[in-house]
Amino acid sequence: MLTMKSDAKGLVANGVSFCHGCGLELAARIVLDVLGPNTVIVVPPGCAAMLSGYGNETVTKIPGFQGNLENTAAYAAGIKAGFEMQGRSDVQVLGFAGDGATVDIGLQALSGALERGDKILYICYDNEAYMNTGIQGSGSTPLNCWTTTTPGGKSVYRKDMVGIVAAHKIPYVATASVGYVDDLRKKVEKAKAATAEGPAYLHIHIPCPTGWGNKPETSIEVAKLAVQSLCWPLYEIVNGDEYKLTVAVSKPKEVAEYIKLQKRFAGASAEEIAELQQGVEQEYARLLKRIG
Amino acid sequence: MSTRVLLDGNGAASIGLKLAQVKVISAYPITPQSPISEKLADYVVDGSLKAKYIRVESEHSAMSCAIGAQLTGVRAGTATSSVGLALMHEVLGVAAGCRIPIVMPVVNRSLVAPWSLWCDHQDAMAERDGGWMQLYAESAQEVLDLILIAYRTAEDARVLLPTMVCLDGFFLSHMSDTVHVPEQATVDSFMPPYTCHNVRLDPDDPMFINDLTPTAEFTEMRFQQAVAFENAFDVLEEAMADFKKVFGREYSLIEAYQCEDAEVVIVTLGSMSGTGKYVVDKMRAQGKKVGILKITSFRPFPAEQIKKALANVATVGVMDRCAGLGAEVGPVATEVRAALSGKSVQGFIGGLAGRDLSPVTFEKAFNQLLNKELTDKVEWIDVREDALTIREVK
Repeated sequence: MLTMKSDAKGLVANGVSFCHGCGLELAARIVLDVLGPNTVIVVPPGCAAMLSGYGNETVTKIPGFQGNLENTAAYAAGIKAGFEMQGRSDVQVLGFAGDGATVDIGLQALSGALERGDKILYICYDNEAYMNTGIQGSGSTPLNCWTTTTPGGKSVYRKDMVGIVAAHKIPYVATASVGYVDDLRKKVEKAKAATAEGPAYLHIHIPCPTGWGNKPETSIEVAKLAVQSLCWPLYEIVNGDEYKLTVAVSKPKEVAEYIKLQKRFAGASAEEIAELQQGVEQEYARLLKRIG
Repeated sequence: MSTRVLLDGNGAASIGLKLAQVKVISAYPITPQSPISEKLADYVVDGSLKAKYIRVESEHSAMSCAIGAQLTGVRAGTATSSVGLALMHEVLGVAAGCRIPIVMPVVNRSLVAPWSLWCDHQDAMAERDGGWMQLYAESAQEVLDLILIAYRTAEDARVLLPTMVCLDGFFLSHMSDTVHVPEQATVDSFMPPYTCHNVRLDPDDPMFINDLTPTAEFTEMRFQQAVAFENAFDVLEEAMADFKKVFGREYSLIEAYQCEDAEVVIVTLGSMSGTGKYVVDKMRAQGKKVGILKITSFRPFPAEQIKKALANVATVGVMDRCAGLGAEVGPVATEVRAALSGKSVQGFIGGLAGRDLSPVTFEKAFNQLLNKELTDKVEWIDVREDALTIREVK
């Protein structure tokens, strides 16, 4: 027998065991709110597994499946196909995975699903490291950033995951941030609509006080600063080549201002911060060129 | 009603999945399984099978897609071999633990290294304790028939275990034979349409599947799987009995060939069984009392049936087509020894990576047993004498 223990308005119950100030919880609530109850969610083991529950309790009011770390997209593709074959193409299938499960170990399965045009929505919530296992560096960890496996600061640039996804020429790709909730909502709506034609991909920037060392109450401020400092530009790509900025930044802030609220860059030298600033500007210039 | 068709094992396996009317296929090519992936794609394109074909990028995704699809309430099909099965390993456990009764042909091929394209059983043996039933076919007809029997058993609410139907690479997968292919309607009368008896993804009745499970419940869930394997003995036998009524062909968990009065019996698995039986006939004509015991169901392992069938047999040998490295004997011999505790069981290893288990090899093994040349150690029956010096770099 199902017992409802929480009357939370949304599709995620109250009292989820995310960390204080976790950006992921906010993102999950917004995403599911926009997608609605006719949705099936697939999560890998990771921070999003807080949505799966524990034992015979769950917080998620839609059907869900906790898969493995590397195959979220493949499970989602299979689930979608199963519904399609039963005349239920209207069921939205959402893969909801972190950066490790997406840009590293899950890249192959995701690329396969994108190439095949499977009509799934894949969302990467990016807290820029393997946070659930204890803050280990991922392919999405920024340059010169501390993690437990990059104790001297990460020596290489992060992957351009959005660029990798866009290269598959799928109907809709966008970056988003929990610092810009209206923008995020609109993008989830667009992504949902795009899955009528093919895959849609959202990459949401998620501050993580536990891993980043920002104070929990500053998570939204940190998320906004990432966008304002051009570290995390908000844009969308339609059909692989129509780039559009969705949040314009007229007077960019210094990267130093963004990172000073976080402990994870505390070990970075002045030169390394300058290098970070330079890298961010180069990437942004490249993005503007694509937008034209 | 059935039609006689010239088919190889891969063709029989493809028809088996087609007759099961799988609704989603996720397949990835690998020698010697590739013709199954190709044939299923043909069926979807020519419209003879109403299914969605997902051209996955790996075997890991093939199994993941199949699991996802079947969780929505349809049969999902895939097939693999060798390193493809090894790549699936992680998700095979998901299918088993979530009690998703996927039926999968496994075209047996050795594992690397060294590279080989050819048959042995190490791929399937490496998965033997992962919660999948394993049935081994001797012929192309058996491939088709065991697939139908596997669906009936796997999907039974008392069982709900995924099942591998194992067919020897090339020896079965690529060898043409006459196969009686039943009519769809006959198969439908034998096999009910797919129903989810356990977990299911459905927005109209939401549940969250496969969450973190506390220590307080994990053992119990494993125990449920163990009980399902216990139940599978009866359900397999029921399915086989019904199969005989509907299709006329007889199956059992083991097949004892000339074992009643045998002094010496060799236990076999898969395509080698035919050669073994041929040698039995030949040696019986010479007055030698030998027999073959073929294991069709390796998981569940029919220990009681084997014990009964070999009760009066003085000496038993087991031909393992898998090295069982580090163990006293190969994997099949290990279990047969345990089942026949007290009886001398000689383990043989042979036929690796496509080496033919020829009549000469079987005759040699039978004679060794008849002469009571028994050792506690495993006998590598067909290893070359220069084994330790081949490709020696001086």
